[in-house]
Amino acid sequence: MSAVMADAMVRAEDVHKRFGRLEVLRGISLEVAPREVLCVIGPSGSGKSTFLRCINHLEPINAGRLYVDGTLVGYVERGGRLHELAEREVCRRRAEIGMVFQRFNLFPHRTALENIMEGPVVVKKESRTEAAEHARALLDRMGLADKLDSYPSQLSGGQQQRVAIARALAMRPKLMLFDEPTSALDPELVGEVLDAMRALAAEGMTMVVVTHEIGFAREVADSLVFMDNGLIVERGAPRKVIANPRHERTRAFLSKVL
Amino acid sequence: MVIAVLAAMFLHGLVTEKGYGWGVVGQYFFSRRVLDGLVLTIELTVIAMAIGIALGIVLAVMRMSPNPLVSGSSWVYIWFFRGTPLLVQLLFWYNLAALYPKLGLGIPFGPEFVSGTANSFITPFAAAIFGLGLNEGAYMAEIVRAGFLSVDEGQTEAAQSLGMTRLQTMRRVVLPQAMRVIIPPTGNETISMLKNTSLVSVIAVTELLYSVQLIYAANYQTIPLLIVASLWYLVVTTLLTFGQYYIERHYSRGSARELPRTFLQRLRDNLMTARGKPSARVPGSEHI
Repeated sequence: MSAVMADAMVRAEDVHKRFGRLEVLRGISLEVAPREVLCVIGPSGSGKSTFLRCINHLEPINAGRLYVDGTLVGYVERGGRLHELAEREVCRRRAEIGMVFQRFNLFPHRTALENIMEGPVVVKKESRTEAAEHARALLDRMGLADKLDSYPSQLSGGQQQRVAIARALAMRPKLMLFDEPTSALDPELVGEVLDAMRALAAEGMTMVVVTHEIGFAREVADSLVFMDNGLIVERGAPRKVIANPRHERTRAFLSKVL
Repeated sequence: MVIAVLAAMFLHGLVTEKGYGWGVVGQYFFSRRVLDGLVLTIELTVIAMAIGIALGIVLAVMRMSPNPLVSGSSWVYIWFFRGTPLLVQLLFWYNLAALYPKLGLGIPFGPEFVSGTANSFITPFAAAIFGLGLNEGAYMAEIVRAGFLSVDEGQTEAAQSLGMTRLQTMRRVVLPQAMRVIIPPTGNETISMLKNTSLVSVIAVTELLYSVQLIYAANYQTIPLLIVASLWYLVVTTLLTFGQYYIERHYSRGSARELPRTFLQRLRDNLMTARGKPSARVPGSEHI
């Protein structure tokens, strides 16, 4: 394993993904450094969400290599071929990667506090008191200290998404993936979720964010990737890419969303 | 109007017609043999449903497994036990000794630890439990599977992204949410099971129906004793219905903003309003 490979938090090498005959990812290569915030933009169907889901092995890949913190995700390489890992091992590696979903996906039968405690208690076998203490601190950080005992159905979308971020953070992940975290929110609730993500970035969390929030990308991201049709079209500093796109397709997309 | 007249005629008949023999009904309602039969009926229902539910969950998880051998064997099980009549299955278990006179437990093709004649293992009670429980498993499997399918895919993904295994995801996330869909038909199944236990009267298990049959075979009071059995079935069914309501209420946590009120709470509300006192609820909400 080369030093370069171990240094990157995420390293994708020529990743391919097919659904049946449809090729969704046609060779994605990129690196995300530790503490870096990478935003991924692109039209729907460009494969950006699929790529994100490949990073924590929610989707298996068909070809290429995907490393997180220097280790293959979901596979072991033997004789130049990838072999799917045993379930236990896949789960262990996934537990180090936090994910936040477009539709929150909180557990509706558990309170905000129980949602956050679930991962540490079930997966990491933390004691309930220890997990509850950490969960309270996380909710407090998200500005939801008074919502401990609320069920998800009693919370607004913005509050639910903040609980979901806390739930992912409770596993003390080394990488956070965000899959269009504000797309299902009413416009006036977007700000509170973006604020929470901004605070997280400021603390040095490594983040990969699939988003349509160009303003957030410009302001918070260290690096911006534009994807179209299963390929990375261009990557660069967000201000540069947004103000001065090099490719016609990037320009066309940005002119529609800005 | 017509219905009212017919109902009145029926009630009049119930009281005046000698054939109903209400005296005999009263005489046998709490008799030792009837109560013993009732206890056995309840035992059969509870044990067979417990087996059915446990088996149903296992079969449903197997059925949804990505491994074709595992899901295939679950499919075959359901196909077989749903495809043959329960009565035939009961008779089959009862007569198992004819097929395998000796049964044993041991290493395949190796030494046996326990063995004996089939009749010593498969008592009529055991045959009834096997027949009812294994049959129920096939139906419960489909009910549990429907419950699993009703839970949003995003729930599984959220659980997996936290690092949960497939089984942890099932047990901690999917099953508790599936319960809301699983419970109403399971209540139905339990009530069916209560009544289906009467089928085992054909293999000489003295449950409720067979108990009253034995009594009326001796005293010819057929109708009164069938009424005794029917009334007991109704009593137990009613209790089961109440039980189901409370279990449903338990699993509706988080799905409604406020838990539905219990029977007792509603009764208290109604009594309060009847006496003209405002209840603790929002004024007017119960008069809509």
